[in-house]
Amino acid sequence: MSKKETTYSVNQEVIEEKEYSTLNLGPTHPATHGIFQNVLKMDGEIIHDAVPTIGYIHRAFEKLAERRPYAQITPITDRLNYCSSPINNMGWYMTVEKLLKAEIPKRAQYHRVIIMELSRIADHIICNSVIGVDTGAMTGFLYIFQWREKIYEIFEEICGARLTTNIGRIGGFDKEWSKTAWDKINDFLKEFPKGLKEFSNLLERNKIFMDRTINCGPISAEMALSYSFVGPNLRAAGIDYDVRVMNPYSSYEDFTFTVPVGTQGDTYDRFMVRQHEMWQSLSIIEQAIKKMPEGPMHADLPDFFLPPKEQVYNSMEALIYHFKIVMGETDIPKGEVYHCVEGGNGELGFYLISDGGRTPFRLHFRRPCFIYYQAYPEMIKGIMLSDAILTMSSMNVIAGELDA
Amino acid sequence: MELLNKVNEKLKERFYDDIESAELLYDYPVFTVNKDKVHDILKFLKEDEELNFHFLTDLCGMQTADEKQLGVIYHLHNMPKNYRIRLKTFFDINKPEVATATDLWPAANWMERETYDFFGVKFKGHPNLKRILNVDEMDIFPLRKEYPLEDQTRTDKNDSMFGR
Repeated sequence: MSKKETTYSVNQEVIEEKEYSTLNLGPTHPATHGIFQNVLKMDGEIIHDAVPTIGYIHRAFEKLAERRPYAQITPITDRLNYCSSPINNMGWYMTVEKLLKAEIPKRAQYHRVIIMELSRIADHIICNSVIGVDTGAMTGFLYIFQWREKIYEIFEEICGARLTTNIGRIGGFDKEWSKTAWDKINDFLKEFPKGLKEFSNLLERNKIFMDRTINCGPISAEMALSYSFVGPNLRAAGIDYDVRVMNPYSSYEDFTFTVPVGTQGDTYDRFMVRQHEMWQSLSIIEQAIKKMPEGPMHADLPDFFLPPKEQVYNSMEALIYHFKIVMGETDIPKGEVYHCVEGGNGELGFYLISDGGRTPFRLHFRRPCFIYYQAYPEMIKGIMLSDAILTMSSMNVIAGELDA
Repeated sequence: MELLNKVNEKLKERFYDDIESAELLYDYPVFTVNKDKVHDILKFLKEDEELNFHFLTDLCGMQTADEKQLGVIYHLHNMPKNYRIRLKTFFDINKPEVATATDLWPAANWMERETYDFFGVKFKGHPNLKRILNVDEMDIFPLRKEYPLEDQTRTDKNDSMFGR
């Protein structure tokens, strides 16, 4: 047996021998709030590398849409970002209306604004309170969630559903909102500021919360743009891009509101941008109610709008329309459009190609979180595991939208 | 219309023959370009000082109605000036190859993987081109028109019964 001799010199490069451990985070883990899998390469508690796997709840929406009449695609859009389904519904209606070149009455547009801003508040409530939960502050979550419940009650009053709403029609709304719905909205506007203030007091200037979230998972403005970040996440990085301002739709140009921006792009900024957006949304709803114009609730689109029942029973034409709409036999003009709305987590786009039939030829959803979630491994490199969880919840990644 | 002319002039100057068509569809200027030059054109649009389409809004695939060609569609955006354009490129379905845009926008990575997953478009130079939403074992490209949505042997859902 020979004896090995090792000599060391000062100039010799020291090769540190490291062994990384692999940690499988997800797919179903209470901390990931949805079905996300990340295979992490860990150096102790520091993340060295992450490989995300997505597609666990892929439901082939784009393929399904190719065989469905236009009105029946709305329930599919509900299931994209299910935290703010009404925004998806309205975005889809506006896409079809753009293709039809339909003019929507102001009154319907204002109603749409109210419903969209309510669902934006609901979306932000979920995201922000969950950031609280992940930092260990359960209280805020428990208190603010009753306001989300109130918003869902409003949706229920308007359309009968709570989560997957399918609210409204192509062309506007089916009927005037009931008095109960308006009472609930007014109650909400009166009471919610107190609840939101309480939530702000709990977290916004809370030392523990700030220590935990400031500088946690930051992203620079440049990187955010190259990864096509949109919505609150982009604004937190300091870019004041908001579809509502840039390409106003549904009469957003009639309202005054500010677009909050952050500076660092970290978890705290993302949280704060959403907090401020909730206040702005409240103000938009108040303005819409104050300025509410008179007029019809829907555009004159007999091909898409179920006629009143008395007419269906008594006139031939209404009966034909009724049958055609229910069977989805309405032909759509040829064309291709892209329409985007500011969803709960950013620019939600619908790219629609119609070849003139009853169903779309091709429909593509530009799903914001599918695009920006790919920056996640980059954002969590070198930070602690518990911060990575926090970063994910602050990005507002919704599994339904991610996987389509 | 203004934007269409502006971009068209710039593109024509640089890539004369490679711009196959330029039109305004609803509110969007749409350009159809040669697939071999698509990377150069994207790079030019991104780096040109005046146009500066620095934001890749969307990238998706499609199949033409005759089922013989596949296409890739890019939606580009210049945020400060609020310019939005759409770029299309088409190629033969039997040789679906196009240059990747991942070197210009890291965001293109997953969108190209999605396009590959559903249409089988091979993006040359992509760092990790594999399926993303479907299972790895899948051997078809499901969004192609040759794969109908429902089981075609079913008779209870025959289109002729509905007068189609």
